[in-house]
Parts: sequence; C-alpha cells; structure tokens
Amino acid sequence: MVTLGDYLIVSGILFAIGFAGVMLRRNLIIIFMSLELMLNAANLSLVAFSRFHVQPNGLPNYNAQVFVFFIITVAAAEVAVGLAIIVALFRARQTTNVEDITSLKF
Amino acid sequence: MPPFLFWIFALLMLVFGAAVVINRNPIASALNLVVSFLGLAALFMSLDAFFVGIIQVLIYAGAIMVLFLFIIMLLDLRAEKLRKINWLASAGGIAVALVLLTQILYVIGNLKAAQQTFPPLARSTIDDVRNVGLVLFGNYNLPFQIIGILVLVATIGIVLLSRHELR
Repeated sequence: MVTLGDYLIVSGILFAIGFAGVMLRRNLIIIFMSLELMLNAANLSLVAFSRFHVQPNGLPNYNAQVFVFFIITVAAAEVAVGLAIIVALFRARQTTNVEDITSLKF
Repeated sequence: MPPFLFWIFALLMLVFGAAVVINRNPIASALNLVVSFLGLAALFMSLDAFFVGIIQVLIYAGAIMVLFLFIIMLLDLRAEKLRKINWLASAGGIAVALVLLTQILYVIGNLKAAQQTFPPLARSTIDDVRNVGLVLFGNYNLPFQIIGILVLVATIGIVLLSRHELR
C-alpha cells in the first residue's frame, strides 16, 4: 500500500530538484520554471496531508485544498508579473543570463 | 488507485522535472515541465482531490506554461552556448540541494504518521467540487476576495511594465 511517507518523499525530491535548478542554472526563465517546481512540491504535500487527515464525517480536510487553490492563484499572478519583468529586462539588456546582469554586484 | 500507478506517475513527474533542470534548450525545458505537471495532476487525482487535479491541468499545464512558451518564443531564446562551467560553484549548488534533501528525508523518516496508509473515505453524497466550493465561499470568503484584488493588481502591474516608455 502507498503510505503518506511515500507522497512526502516524492514531494521532497521534487522540491530538491527545483532547488537545484535555482542554484545551478543561469537562464532566468529556467530559474523561474524551477520555482514553479518547488511551489508544486509544496502543493503535493498539502494535498497528501488533506487526504490523510480525514474528518469525522469521512471527508478529506478541505482546508488544505483551498490553500492549494490560493497557492495556484498567487503562482499564476507571480508568473505573469515575473515574465513581464523578464521581457522588460530583455528589452533593456538583450539577455536573460543572470551572469550578464551584474550592475548591482559589488 | 493501485500502488504501481502511483510509482509510475511519481517517476514520470520526477524524471521530467529533472529534465527541466538538465535541458539546455528552454523550449524543451518548458515542454518537459508540462509533462511533469500532468504527472503531478495524476497524483492529485490519486489522492481523491479531483478539483485540484483539474485546476492543475487547466491553469498550470494550460495557461501558465503557454505563457512561458509565448515569452520564450517572443524573446527568441536559443539553446545556450556551452559556457565554461564553474565546477566549484556547480558542486556547491548540488551539495546544498543534497543537504536539503537529506534533511527532508530525515524529518519524514522520524514522522510516525509517515508509515501509515491513508484512511478510507466515506462515500460523499455531493461531489468534490461542491465540497471545495462550500469551504472556499464559506470559511474563506474574505481571503478569496483579497486574492481577487491581488490578481487585479498583478494585471495593472503587467500593463504598466509592458509600456514602451518604461523609465
């Protein structure tokens, strides 16, 4: 049988993959996609806990699923604003590589 | 849901998620991310969260990834040229990610509830979407309206950011 731990382990591995992407890649858009992976890993563990914590009336705990709904909405707004910033940056500097954007580097 | 389906979809999600990070071509990365999100949606369905699974397919795999692909094609990003890889920095990044993973697995290993299987659900007389909607519009009415304002602010911000005479 699949246990709660299996879902949490898969979620943790997905989070680590996204984290490694943010640390390793230098393309802004790929870094952004890795951020999405990390958000989704958190969603997966939230839904697993929602299913695990069955309420007395035999239904899953819907509070966690509403939380996931909010996370997805905020992620959509964040992606739209972030991509607009990347486009504005590309218009000014003609690059999406973080190593070429070092004006603020001390 | 049979256990082997869980492992198939989990493996699908993790392999394509790793491919997002490894691929050099941004378009290939975005398409891999779509497949990874579809695997994740299947895992949501296996947890009886049908509404969240459908939202995952519609919003993430549908809307957000199309936005990513639009921007990648608009900026005309090609596959990155092979730069000199800074091995020390790469090893450091992988090491930090592995330390994080070890910590997560250690915490899950110590969690007593992690060894338990999921308790059975009662047969609901009303469907999943209606249950989520009752909680969303009942207990979480004010946060829902605040989220609406957040999306409005994001929309106005994008219009301002996309103006040509940005200063």
